[in-house]
Formats: sequence, C-alpha cells, structure tokens
Amino acid sequence: MFGPTKRQWCIAAVLCVLMALAALPARAALDPALVQGLGGDFNARVAAIDALGVAGGDEAAALLDALEGGRLGTVDGRLVVIAPDGLRDATSGEALAADAGAATRITVNNRLRRAIGTARAALALSSAQPAQRLAAADTLRENASPALLPVLARALAAEQDDAVRAVLRYATAKLELASPDPALRLKAAQALGGSSDAAVKNLLAALLEKRGDGAAATWVEADAEVRAAAAASMRAIDRRIGLAQTAGTLFSGLSLGSILLLAALGLAITYGVMGVINMAHGELLMVGAYATFLVQGAFRSHLPEYLDLYVLAAIPAAFLAAALVGIAMERLVLRHLYGRPLESLLATWGLSLVLIQAARVLFGPQNLELANPSWMSGGVELAGGVVLPYNRIVILGFAAFVLVLIWLMMQKTRLGMFVRAVTQNRPMAGCVGVPTARVDTLAFAIGSGVAGLGGLALSQIANVGPAMGTGYIVDAFMVVVLGGVGQLAGAVWAALGLGIVAKFLEGWAGAVVAKILVLVFIIAFIQKRPQGIFALKGRFADS
Amino acid sequence: MRTPFTLRLFQSMPRGGWIALAIFAAVAWIGVPVAHLALPESHPLHVFAYTVSLLGKILCYMVVAVAMDLIWGYAGILSLGHGLFFALGGYAFGMYLMRQIGRDGSYGAELPDFMVFLDWKELPWYWAGSDSLLWALFLVVALPGLVAFVFGWFAFRSRIKGVYFSIITQALTYAAMLLFFRNETGFGGNNGFTDFKRILGYDITSPGMRVTLFALSAALLIACLVLGRYLVTSRFGRVLAAIRDAESRVMFIGYNPLHYKLFMWTLSAMLCGLAGALYVPQVGIINPSEMSPANSIEIAVWVAVGGRGTLVGAVLGAGIVNLAKSVFTVYLPEYWPFVLGFLFIVVTLYLPDGVVGLWRKLRARRAAAALDDASAAAGAGLSAAIGGAPAEVPATERQAARSTADTPIAKGANA
Amino acid sequence: MIPTLEIERERAHLDAERENQREHWDGSAADGRVYRPGELDLSHKVILYLDDITVSFDGFRALNKLSLTIDAGELRCIIGPNGAGKTTMMDVITGKTRPDSGTAFFGQTIDLTRLTEPEIAHAGIGRKFQKPTIFEHHSAFENLELAMKADKRVRRTLFASLLDDERDRVAEVLRQIRLDQAADRPAGLLSHGQKQWLEIGMLLMQEPRLLLLDEPVAGMTDDETERTAELFTSLAGKHSLVVVEHDMAFVEALGGKVTVLCEGSVLAEGDLATVQADPRVIEVYLGR
Repeated sequence: MFGPTKRQWCIAAVLCVLMALAALPARAALDPALVQGLGGDFNARVAAIDALGVAGGDEAAALLDALEGGRLGTVDGRLVVIAPDGLRDATSGEALAADAGAATRITVNNRLRRAIGTARAALALSSAQPAQRLAAADTLRENASPALLPVLARALAAEQDDAVRAVLRYATAKLELASPDPALRLKAAQALGGSSDAAVKNLLAALLEKRGDGAAATWVEADAEVRAAAAASMRAIDRRIGLAQTAGTLFSGLSLGSILLLAALGLAITYGVMGVINMAHGELLMVGAYATFLVQGAFRSHLPEYLDLYVLAAIPAAFLAAALVGIAMERLVLRHLYGRPLESLLATWGLSLVLIQAARVLFGPQNLELANPSWMSGGVELAGGVVLPYNRIVILGFAAFVLVLIWLMMQKTRLGMFVRAVTQNRPMAGCVGVPTARVDTLAFAIGSGVAGLGGLALSQIANVGPAMGTGYIVDAFMVVVLGGVGQLAGAVWAALGLGIVAKFLEGWAGAVVAKILVLVFIIAFIQKRPQGIFALKGRFADS
Repeated sequence: MRTPFTLRLFQSMPRGGWIALAIFAAVAWIGVPVAHLALPESHPLHVFAYTVSLLGKILCYMVVAVAMDLIWGYAGILSLGHGLFFALGGYAFGMYLMRQIGRDGSYGAELPDFMVFLDWKELPWYWAGSDSLLWALFLVVALPGLVAFVFGWFAFRSRIKGVYFSIITQALTYAAMLLFFRNETGFGGNNGFTDFKRILGYDITSPGMRVTLFALSAALLIACLVLGRYLVTSRFGRVLAAIRDAESRVMFIGYNPLHYKLFMWTLSAMLCGLAGALYVPQVGIINPSEMSPANSIEIAVWVAVGGRGTLVGAVLGAGIVNLAKSVFTVYLPEYWPFVLGFLFIVVTLYLPDGVVGLWRKLRARRAAAALDDASAAAGAGLSAAIGGAPAEVPATERQAARSTADTPIAKGANA
Repeated sequence: MIPTLEIERERAHLDAERENQREHWDGSAADGRVYRPGELDLSHKVILYLDDITVSFDGFRALNKLSLTIDAGELRCIIGPNGAGKTTMMDVITGKTRPDSGTAFFGQTIDLTRLTEPEIAHAGIGRKFQKPTIFEHHSAFENLELAMKADKRVRRTLFASLLDDERDRVAEVLRQIRLDQAADRPAGLLSHGQKQWLEIGMLLMQEPRLLLLDEPVAGMTDDETERTAELFTSLAGKHSLVVVEHDMAFVEALGGKVTVLCEGSVLAEGDLATVQADPRVIEVYLGR
C-alpha cells in the first residue's frame, strides 16, 4: 500500500523531528517543516504530532487543538487552519485568499487522537500545576512513544514533585526497556531497582518470561545480563514493598488498637469500679458518633465556613452526650443491680436493645457517612501503594491524648484516688468515707464519656449506624480481660497488641479466621494468666 | 436398701407434675393432631397449619430454655452462647434435609444448590454420611456435645467464671456465626439451608409430617423435663447447686467441680442440639443468624422471665416471650425491640425470680396472711383465756413460710 | 467421666510400689516419696510435713521457708499476728496455692503439691474456712449428705441414693453438732455459731485424717466455744487437728502444742505457757 511518495513523507517527518530537536532551546515560532507531516499519511501525521509534543510551546498546542477539532486542512500541499472567516497558514498564521471550501480537511481517527493526547501530555509536562503534570505523566506512562524519551528526560530533570517524578521514571524505564540497545536496557533494568512500585516490578517480570513453547521458547529479553539485572532489581523492589506493607499492617493494627483502646478504657473504668460489664457500652460509642453527626449538621447549616472545625466542637458534645446517657443508665438500672453481675449483663443488654431501636427510630435505619474535615483527608503514602490515612493518624494521637487525660485523672485527682480505692476494695473505701455512690456515678459518667469519644473517632473512619457499636463490646471486653481489671497500662498493651495481632492474622488468614484465632488465643492466655497481663496477686486476687 | 432407679425417677416429681405432664402429652399427641388432621377448616376447634408450626417452634424453644435453666439456674453458669448449640443441631439435621432434596433442587443436581452455585464438584468430606438419618441424628447430639465439651473443658479448667465465662461464650457464638457466614465453610453461607422437601422420603409440608414433628417436639420437651427434674433432685443436682453457691467448699469436700460443670454443660448443649434439629424442619430454614449473640442472650431472658432455677419457669418464660414476640412482630414490629429491651430490664430489676417467683411470693403472702388471721384469732383466744402474749409458735411458722418463699433456690445463682 | 485420672492413679500406684521396693526413702524430706492418694502411710507417726515452703505474691513473702511437722493424732494450735501466713499455709496444704519452693507431704507418701483440691480432700484432709462456708440453699441435712465420705465422681452421684446406714451417720453427726432440730432448715437461716458447727460437722462427715480449722470459734458464744473445745479434744487421737485461733482462752482449753507463726515462718513452738514466756513472741505481739 505504501507508495513512494508516502515513504518520502515519512522520511521527511523523521527529518523534521530531528531538525526540531536540534533547534529546540532557541525556537520561538513553529518550524514549517515540523508541521508539514500533518498533511501526509497517517504514519507521517503521528510522527508530526509526536514532534509537536517534543517541541512544546503555545503554537504547538493550538495546532493540536485545531487538528483534533478538525479545523486543519491542506490546500495544494500547504497546511492551513480552517477558521470561520477563511483560511490561514498553519505555521505563519498569514491569511490566505483561497476559499474555505478549497481546503481538504485532515481526518482524525482514533490512532491520531491517541497520539494527540500523548503529545498534549508531553506539552502539559511543563505546566505550572503539579496536578496537571501528574495527569500528563500518567497519560505518558501508558502511551509514550520512544520519540518522547528526550521530553521525559527533560521533564524529569526539571520536576520537583515526587509523585510526578515516580511516574515519569516509570514511563522512561518502560521506553528504555523496550529499546533495541542492550546497554540502554541494562541501564534501565539496574536503575529500576531503586523503585518501590509494584507496576515497575511487573514490567521487570515481563522481561523474565519466555515466549513460545518447550525447546523453541525464547526469552522475552534476549540479553542474559539484562535479565540478571532485572531479577536483582525485582528483589530489591520486593523487599521495599514488603517493608512498606509490614509498616502499613502495623499501622492499621495500631489504628484498630487505638479504637479498641478508646472503647476499652471506658469499660475498664466501669468494670473496675462496679464489677459490671456494661453490654450497652458499644451503644455509648453509637451515641457519641450520632452526637458528632448532629454537630456536623449544625455546622453545615449555621457555620459552613468553619465546617472543618466541627470535629473539635464534637469532642465535648460526644463526651457529654454519652456521659449523660451513662449517668441515666447507672442511676436508673445498674445501681439497683449491685452485686448481681450476671443480671447486670442482661439488664444492660436490654438497655442496648432499647438504645439501638431508639437510634433507628430517631435517625432512621440507614448508615450515615460523615465527611472528614479537609485536614483529616488524604494520607502519607509509603512505598508500594501503602497509604497511612491522616484520619487514622489523628485518631491514634487522639487516643493517646485521651489516655493521658484519663491517667492524669486517675493518678492526680481526688476523684481518681476514690475510683482506685473503690476498684480495689469497695467496703473498705466506703468505711473510710469515700462516697461510693457518687464515685460510681461519676466513674460511670467518665467511662461512658470516653466511649462517646471512641464513637467520635469511629465516625471518622467508619459508617455511623444504629448497630455500629454492637461489634465492639466483645472486643473491648477482651481487652479488659487481657489487660487485667482496673489496670490502665494493661488495657493499653492489650488493646494495641490485640489490634496488631488481629491485623497481621487478617493479612495471613483472612478476617474471620483471624477473629477466631484471636479468641482461641485469649482463651489460651486466660488459662495461663487468669488475672490478665498485669495481675493483682495475693489474697484479694480471687475475690 | 437401694431404691430402684425407675422408682426414684418417678419420685423426683410430685404427683401434680406428672398429672400436668400427662395432660400436656394428651393435648400434644392426641388433641392437636386430631384438631389439625380430622377437623375441617371451618370447625371452630380446627388448628391451622401455621399454628401447629408456631407451637412446634415454641416447644423447641422451651426445650432450649430448660437446657439453659439447667446450666444457669442450677449450676449458676450463664451461657450467652447456647444459640450456637441450637444452631449446630439444626445444621447437622439440615445437612440431612439438604441431601433429601436429591435432584429436586433448582439446578437438578445431585449436590445441594448452593454447592452447584459455588461450582463445587463433590461434597466436602464432612458431608460424608449426611444422607443417612441415623448419622444425622448422631451428629445432632454429638456435634454440639463435642464443641461444648472441648470449650467447657478449657474454660472450666482455667476456672473462668461469672461474667468472664458469659462474655467468652458470646464471643464463641459470634466467631462461629462469622465462620458459617463464609461460603467456603460449606454450609450455604448467608442463606444457610432451606427449601427442604422431605424426611425419609415423606413430604415435609404434609399435614401428617407437620403433626409428627410437633408431637416429637412435645415428646422431647417431656423427656427434657423428666430428665431435668431427676437431675436437679438427685445428689448430682445438689452438688451442682452447691458449686453454684460455694465452689471452693465443694472442692474441699472432695468433688471436682470441673467434671460436674462439664457434664451439665455438655448435656445442656446436647439438648439444645436436639431442639435445633426439630426446629429446622418445622421452620424450614436454618442460617447463621441463629448463632448471633442476640439470639443466645434472648434465651437467657426467657428463663429469667419465667423464673430461673425452676424448670416450669423456663418453660413458661419461653412460651410467654415467644408468643408475645409472634404477636408483636405481626402487629407492631418496630416496637418489639423496645418491649424486649424493657423486658430484660424490668425482669432483672423487679422480678429476679420471674413469673414463678412472683406467683410463689403471692401464694406465700396469702398463706402468711391466713396464718396471721389464725394466730390473731388464736392469740386473741389465748389472751382472753390467760391474759398473756400472743402465741409464739404460729409466729415462727409464719417466719419460716416467709423465709422459704424469699429464698427460692435461684437466689444464689449469682454468687 | 474421669478415666485419665484413674489411669494416673494406677500409674502412680505402680510407681509407688516400685519406690517402696527400692526402700529409697531415707527420712529426709527430699525426693523419693511418691504420690499415692488414698493410702496414707503413717509409719513414722507423722501426718504432715511442710519443709522449706516459700510462697510469694508480687515480691511479698507470705510464707518464708516455713517448716512444720504435725504428728498423727496430734492437736496443734497455730497462733500468730495478722499477716503471719496462717491462711496461706492452709492454702498450700489444701492445694489452693502452689508453693514457689519447698515440699509438703501428707504422711510419708502423698505429695500435696502435686494434687488438686478435690484429690487432697479425698486423701483425707478436711478444711474449715475462716468465714463459715456452707451451702446456704441446702438444708443442714443435705450439707452433711454432700460432705459424706463417698465416691464423689459424677457417674456415682448421678445415681446415688442415701442408704440407711448413711442416713444414720448423718443423723449422728447432726446430734453431735446439735443441729438435729434444724436438720431440714436451709443452712442460710442458721445462726453464725450454728453455721460454724455445721461446717465442722461437714468436716466430720468427710472422715478426714487431718482437720484444718481456721478460726473455728469466731463469733461463737462462750458456751458454744466451750463445747467446741470439748469436741476437738475428743477428736484428737483418732484424727489430727490443726487449729488456727486468736482466742487464747480457747487455745488454752485445747491444751495441745502451740506453734507461733510470724512473717511466714515458725517463730516458736511448745506448750502455751512456754510460748507465752518466749521474749520473741512477746515482742511480736506487743511490739517493741
């Protein structure tokens, strides 16, 4: 099909590219030779489009726009822009006398469109906006042609943004690995060892495959040295990704642990003081989460400009809401069940049913999704696509903050002293004048309030719904059991440890099996140390 | 002279109890079948299919309540995981029912539908023998029994007690629920087993089968009550209650509480398994939600409502709560959780001994009042005669009557 | 129900015989004695050896190298200030607490540190707690019935029925502890002193060789105390008794040898007068 003229066009186009490259730094206006290829056959057009991408500049961009919009044509072999008011020369911009109808429009097919997109991306690499550069780099990563290598090199040298650099490096490596020059391929294979991108690893893995069957099979990569370099680089990438993933799992374990801690801290206080497992403790989380939801709603309608700060305002709201519900529970129900722990279990379960149904009636059964404030969205990206979201980092810090507050309260205040006294020996505390009833109420209020804070934290990473708290009571109780009753330090270790163990097991065996294994582990643990990690020993231990 | 076992079995229940059981048996084995099968639908005494199935279901719940009462009311061990044993029994029998479907499933395959759907080619190994009714019946008892035995062995051995034990049983059933939700576990995932067709080749939806299952449930309940009554009146039952009240003392007089608790715990689980097996064909479905912690804790509230530590209380409680539930879920479904929730609270706060306790208290009060009248009369007579203080004896009797009324056996269940 | 236990016992029994054939034991409280419940060997006229027992809770030494022997048929009183380790010592003997180091032997052959509480009870040690611990919802009669020496495995209790001679035995003990009038009353309704007596009665029903009694007369009237002393002295000889008591009049009434515990070890031993004259004892009780 290729006639001699077409071949000539091709050669001309390639020549044009080379000339354009030579002339690059000094260029201002478009070289007519560069664009001439657009009037030729498809191959010539693609080459010309690539050349435009390499050349860069506003004129090139305008020309690509015209081409894509079907406003480019030829009149007697001369490239023209078809404007509503007549024809203009594509390079010089001078108006032509000829009638618009005289021009033959250049048709654009999908292949050309793709080429145009790539060229545009090449142009956009010099954009001032990092986001645009990133988008451009992403386009090039899949579609770049070898002709664009110099552009990539230039962009890489000038690029400051890490994300864009990573993509550019990938695009370059992909082109280089496909290069016919073994030396270039070797260089690329070695350089890729510095990457931590799973996609790069796949690229290298492709080199180590064989084409064809049996004895006739040939390596995709013919050069053994390049293959060895590729294999070494793959190992390096694997190591780096593995490390990042471990760090990521550790982090999500800590994150789960921090939520468990917020749920368990309150339970540890109430269980320690009153010897009562509050089965409605999970519902106090739910109360805190709905309080957060209401605060968000209030900000949205009254203070939209401060919406980002609603989380801060929700801290006291969630605490108070849960604390009030807690006080009501203690005064109305638990107080009357003192010394009957199993019945308290049932009564508080009843309370939880009532609270869940009340939430369902008040807020509807559907799950609500709360928007993170902008300063909590996004995250730190580790290698291999592992992201540590900011909201979880903030929650981790928040849990630490609450922990410190509770610790200060328990150790430094009079109430804390009373609470510890009642936890250890209620009758004796009563005898020496500790107002046990008031301590009960206050401790319950604080424990419930902390659960409310847990709900606030939970609302930032999970959906808010009437039954959101039910899953947490058992886990929180396990933390209390593991940590030892009334032991703050034990609760911390148990929560974080349980979170991390659960996440690692999840990665290894799946969520369900992990859950079962954790349960088995806890039962086994209780066999060995029935009083928890930090046991109270001695005569009081089994009372 | 050693009393023969059958005689002691007979003696374990007062005559009133046997009469009540006989009446119940007559109604369940003769009355209901006749009313359902023989009477035309227009007849005012006709019992509808829906009612038979509902009552059959409640009978199964009553068995579970008795099993729960044996371990909670008498041994003081509150299980929040009995739903697991019930469901295991149900699943064990469900496997047989699934195999009985044969090629009548929607895929027309030899394998149960859900396996075809998962593209499985053969039955997993643990389905071996599931086409045999005998094997299924064995599993119905053995599977919950084994799970309970292994779990109980570890839990009781490490002296896990009170709320610790309760919460761990809850975690156990929760974990099992998650496991059964998975398709790969091989029990139908979310949907569980359903669309049963027949038992031993007989149509499962036929009136005859319905009545048979109902009568079997009634028989199971009667057997449970007789067995339970024997257990709690035997020395074994006294040891069990002693463990509940003062475990260390029991150990120091030479009983090993581990074995006693484990026996009762395992037996209780097996009874639940049997109830589950009868429940599934009557309800027509078994899925993992039966293992949800909420279901298990509801069992505890049946017993609490009726009055724990009394077998009749467990039966009454299961009946009352479940009938109320049936009514509410039909007419006011959104209020049922409120009712149930408040039931938990009210019963634990105001009716620690349940309906039976309330009834006993009222009866004792009436008896005391009668004694008061009598002693007042006697006292008046005496004072009139000798001018002294009112007589002493009736007063102490009255006290005794009151104190026995105030300390039913269940009081110490939390100790 | 407990086949493993039986196998264990069988094995231990064989071991014991082998050990006996070797005549290994040389009189020290070291190795060589074996675990053989049910067969109390009193060949050396000693029923209880505690040797070098140490128990600590979080660094606090409740028992500190405690060594003590009780002769067969002896009535021994243990006194000592609060925290001297009296209750912990009983915990060690009955298997509730495992010592960190040291040995505890019942007779020549039974290693108490290797048995569980019920096994120790079967071996023949009965214990009365400081706070009366009875089954409050059972009648006094049932309390005694449950304590009665019998096969206490599940299988047996399931089908156990009270034989006539057993009934007589319960009635006899009920008379002995003066509760025959209150036999059918729930034990929870008894007076404090009656509960103490009931617990002693349960101990008697067990027919133990060694009775450990932790403050048995606390809360009793003088009259009851006196009768308790009578009962204990009548038991001595046939049984061995270890009585922990603060009530010196009661200790005097019992009249046996007295051991003073202090800070987890034996401070003095001898008859009451000797002990009371010991300057160290006076110092401990009266302070410096």
